[in-house]
Amino acid sequence: MIWQLDLAILTLVVIAGIGAITVKDLLGAAILFGAYSFMMCLLWSIMGAVDVSFTEASVGAGVSTVFFVAAVFRTTRRTKD
Amino acid sequence: MGDLIEIVVAKYNYWIYITLMMIGLYAMIVKNNLVKKIVGMNIFQTAIILYYVSTGAKRGATIPILEHGHDGHAHVIHAADYINPLPHVLMLTAIVVSVATLGVALALAIRIYHRYNTLEEDEILAQIREK
Amino acid sequence: MTILGLIIVLSTGALLIYATVDFPAWADPASPASLHLSPHFIERTMEETSVPNIVTAVLADYRGYDTMYETTVIFSAGVACFILLRILLREEPGESLYRHVLTGVTIRVKEGAKIPPSADFERIDTLWAPHDLIIKTMCRLLIPFIQLFALYVIAHGHHSPGGGFQGGVILGASIILLAISHDLRTSVQRMREKVDALLSATGVFIYAGTGALCLLLGLNFLDYSALASVLHVDPVTARSHGILIVEIGVGIAVMATMIWIYSNVSSTGKYDEGL
Repeated sequence: MIWQLDLAILTLVVIAGIGAITVKDLLGAAILFGAYSFMMCLLWSIMGAVDVSFTEASVGAGVSTVFFVAAVFRTTRRTKD
Repeated sequence: MGDLIEIVVAKYNYWIYITLMMIGLYAMIVKNNLVKKIVGMNIFQTAIILYYVSTGAKRGATIPILEHGHDGHAHVIHAADYINPLPHVLMLTAIVVSVATLGVALALAIRIYHRYNTLEEDEILAQIREK
Repeated sequence: MTILGLIIVLSTGALLIYATVDFPAWADPASPASLHLSPHFIERTMEETSVPNIVTAVLADYRGYDTMYETTVIFSAGVACFILLRILLREEPGESLYRHVLTGVTIRVKEGAKIPPSADFERIDTLWAPHDLIIKTMCRLLIPFIQLFALYVIAHGHHSPGGGFQGGVILGASIILLAISHDLRTSVQRMREKVDALLSATGVFIYAGTGALCLLLGLNFLDYSALASVLHVDPVTARSHGILIVEIGVGIAVMATMIWIYSNVSSTGKYDEGL
């Protein structure tokens, strides 16, 4: 439970979260959301929750990002805010 | 002042989790685009899961998989040696339910796009009011 | 709207931060979350179910009722996506694109006409879909190993991190990889829609059926020690085997639902063109 590593990854998580809702390109938001999910998975591995981290890695950083990219591909990529 | 610093050092990780939750809530309320709202919903969900999993940590304990030797049942298992497995169980269910909700939300967004040809909420409301 | 949202978010955040003063210190072994029920689970799992992975044992045995309804939620999400998006009328597309394999020339065929299937022309989705031999070959080589790893994860849920959900999602992701690297039509040919829907329901049925079987054999619903008479083992090992059977059911349901949702979302229900 190294607190320096914990703090560094938490900072990256907050930056990825703010980036995912701020960029004006929906495809970029989907990819940033995938990065956010993977950083969460690393956080839970550090805390010792290996089952939860495994599930988040396969579900969040895998299948969930693919769903987002498929939906963005089928609708529109530009957004005004 | 020393009291405040002590509180900050002891509880700063909870404050970062609350910041993440508020980022997700802000995106759900303020953003106009439907896909950004869905991203905000997922950020909120994962931040809550992070908070719950963090309540199960224990100092000096190992992961919740029992180590057992090959000499039968001669081990005495102390509960303070393993981290708390109950929040992990509940959050496994929460993660899988969140991906199911994401699938249905994206299907709804695609249907709305086919009907109104836009994903911005104010344009959709203007088109509904014109009818 | 922005100002109102900011006021709501800041006031909620301030209230929650004010409430954290009462929380127990982080990673405290004597925090209330670790005192009441979890020592019972940690100390008694090995002698009651002989499964070393405490999370799997609690998920599939002690809290098996929750997991059964979670599987039902996943299945109903697949059905909801199907009902929202699926268009069953087969209308011929306006124009289709074919590529001549040997020279790489793309042909646009106007509406109504179709080139009969032959080895010289292959149907492509859109004009910018590249014909990339490297990606196609590497994915075809990798997919069997991904599926083998997923089966390993399901089978070793008792002794290492893993279990039914994780293995099922990885199995579904292997078919989604096939759909992305080749064509949606290729993956639909491998895993037809009817088979997919039936598998998704079969997973839920396996889980509920195991519980009902325990009920029929005389004990409570989802009390796996009733399977001791069917499997001819002692009750502790019967609970371990019961956990394995329901994890297989969960894995099948999750795999089929992930493929189903992906096929519906990426083709908006028409099942002809994908990502």
